[in-house]
Amino acid sequence: MEVHGELWTLKEFFVYPNEYIYWSIQIVMYPFMTGLVAGAFVLSSLYHVFGRKELKDMAKFSLTFSYALLLAAPMPLLFHIQKPLRGFNVFFTPHFTSAIAAFGVVFFAYAAIVASEIWFVNRKFFIESAINLKNASGLGNRLKGLVYRAWTLGSYDISEEALKKDERAAKILAGVGIPTACFLHGYAGFIFGSVKANALWMTPLMPVIFIMSAIVSGIALCMLTYIIIMEAKKVRILRKRKPWMISVEEIRSVEIDIVKSTTKYLIFFMIMAISLELLDLVFRGYTALKHWDILRTVIYERDFINIFVIQYGIGTLLPLIIFLIPGLTIKRAMVGLFLVLVGVFMMRWNVVIGGQAFSLTLSGYMDYIMPIIPRNLETLKEGLVGALTIMALPYIFLWMLNKFIPVIDK
Amino acid sequence: MDCDRREFLKVGFKTLLATGVSIGAFELLKPEVLAALNKEKGLRWVFVVDTTKCVGCGMCVRACKLENEVPYETNVSRTWVERYVMTKDGKILVDSPKAARDGFIKNDPMGVTVKKEDIDKAFFVPKLCNQCEAPPCVQVCPVGATYQAPDGVVLVDRTWCIGCGYCIMACPYGVRFFHPLYRVAEKCNFCYHRINKGMKTACVDACAFGARQIGNIKDLEDPVARIIKTERTAVLKEEFGTKPHVFYIGLDSIVR
Repeated sequence: MEVHGELWTLKEFFVYPNEYIYWSIQIVMYPFMTGLVAGAFVLSSLYHVFGRKELKDMAKFSLTFSYALLLAAPMPLLFHIQKPLRGFNVFFTPHFTSAIAAFGVVFFAYAAIVASEIWFVNRKFFIESAINLKNASGLGNRLKGLVYRAWTLGSYDISEEALKKDERAAKILAGVGIPTACFLHGYAGFIFGSVKANALWMTPLMPVIFIMSAIVSGIALCMLTYIIIMEAKKVRILRKRKPWMISVEEIRSVEIDIVKSTTKYLIFFMIMAISLELLDLVFRGYTALKHWDILRTVIYERDFINIFVIQYGIGTLLPLIIFLIPGLTIKRAMVGLFLVLVGVFMMRWNVVIGGQAFSLTLSGYMDYIMPIIPRNLETLKEGLVGALTIMALPYIFLWMLNKFIPVIDK
Repeated sequence: MDCDRREFLKVGFKTLLATGVSIGAFELLKPEVLAALNKEKGLRWVFVVDTTKCVGCGMCVRACKLENEVPYETNVSRTWVERYVMTKDGKILVDSPKAARDGFIKNDPMGVTVKKEDIDKAFFVPKLCNQCEAPPCVQVCPVGATYQAPDGVVLVDRTWCIGCGYCIMACPYGVRFFHPLYRVAEKCNFCYHRINKGMKTACVDACAFGARQIGNIKDLEDPVARIIKTERTAVLKEEFGTKPHVFYIGLDSIVR
């Protein structure tokens, strides 16, 4: 009979008998997905709160995308816990000395803020759609009309004054949303940073490092998805070739303008994230506490490729070069954005898996061999298949939301 | 009754004083005050491990697995024994194959055969849950399924645990694991079902050498409490601030 974790853990030297890699790929996915939520929201707030007009289109898209990501964010936890049907126990008997117990409160508070903001931003659209679909034929249209009528909440006021009020409300919500989004991800970092038994995680910098890389990943994913949607739009226009439709050239110029301006913010947050991570690394080496010996072997030897080659080299330095070389093109931006996402994912991997790569004995090592082909439910949930399912979820949610909410105007 | 002003003030002052004293007396009799008084004389389970007496036979591990229904063949255990061998050239070899369930019958720590004349020192260290005073596992449990009883023992409610593994991550001693059958957090609980009936834990009963002892630290007559108070004992990984309640006699600095 195998115990949990035994299937994918390789032990070396002296490791306690009960030690295994208990937090596997789904716990890598959890902060990654939560980070994307926070980052997408911060990007949308750059327009709503700080009035960056050039980001108007991107802001509207990233706000809805943030909500789609938010719906997917708790899924890795459900995939991971051994008793998923008891997941609701967290809400029944929340134990507030636990960082995970705070999740329910922060998650629902944040979800309410984003949902309200989406409502205020799209209220005019909901009312217009409700009116247009009032006497529509066909079951689908009638149902859609019903949904829009429900979403108007009985108010059909789209006077200039009312719309200004909506705008103000959205601005306030976006303002409140920024600290909430940061808190949502900061607490994900706190889950790790507060585990005093783990020498790699135990740092007060952990929540801040997580927030910065979260913003980086959120912006990168929003930009990448935005570009893909725009490219798909271009292909559709080229196929239909209707003279009154918006031209491909027009879309192209809008697209590159938005990408260029958003990249500036991305670079800023990337520099912040890498600075904090390097500061943490230098500090650990400088103070060189008891556990530094084993940490050093993990960081500079066993995980060298994961940390320095993939995360810092391919995932941070290379995209920075790509973005900073003048004359950014869409294709180049796409490559850079993809690499940024790889870098942030690897950061999560190196924290979660790297943190468990050494034993509590400080004299043994453990390796995580990710299950590729599922052998049973456990390896299905906590292997490649589970991770890919989680990655696909926000896009399914976005597709569903797009049926009712205009994700991109043009 | 005749009562002048002076008399009235005198009686009034006395009444006030008497009322104040009696209210104070009621304060003393408050249940929480009484409970606090009793607590000092109450029960706090504590364990003593004498590493100088352990011979690494593994009987304790075997007894624990059978008593607590941790499947015998699985590679997890509520308690285990570690073997430490320090060679003359300064090498430290440590192992605990199958948690030492079958004892140490070969002279091959970590798969290395060590000659008797090459050994500087060698000893065994039994490990179990430290039933900490400030248990990190209780702190991090998101649902309160892991909790501390008033007598200090940390318990797990198998019907409420969601199996997130946060407690396993938080424990600096690596004593927690997932139960292979129940799929919830599992750990040593000092055989709570036995000690509450006045029995010893299964491992204490199984140890023929007296290397393991359990007692009540709040009872001054308790032999285990007396060992802790009068002998030189040490705890594991004190730097984590968890205030462990498993005390070791003859603990060496090479113990992990």
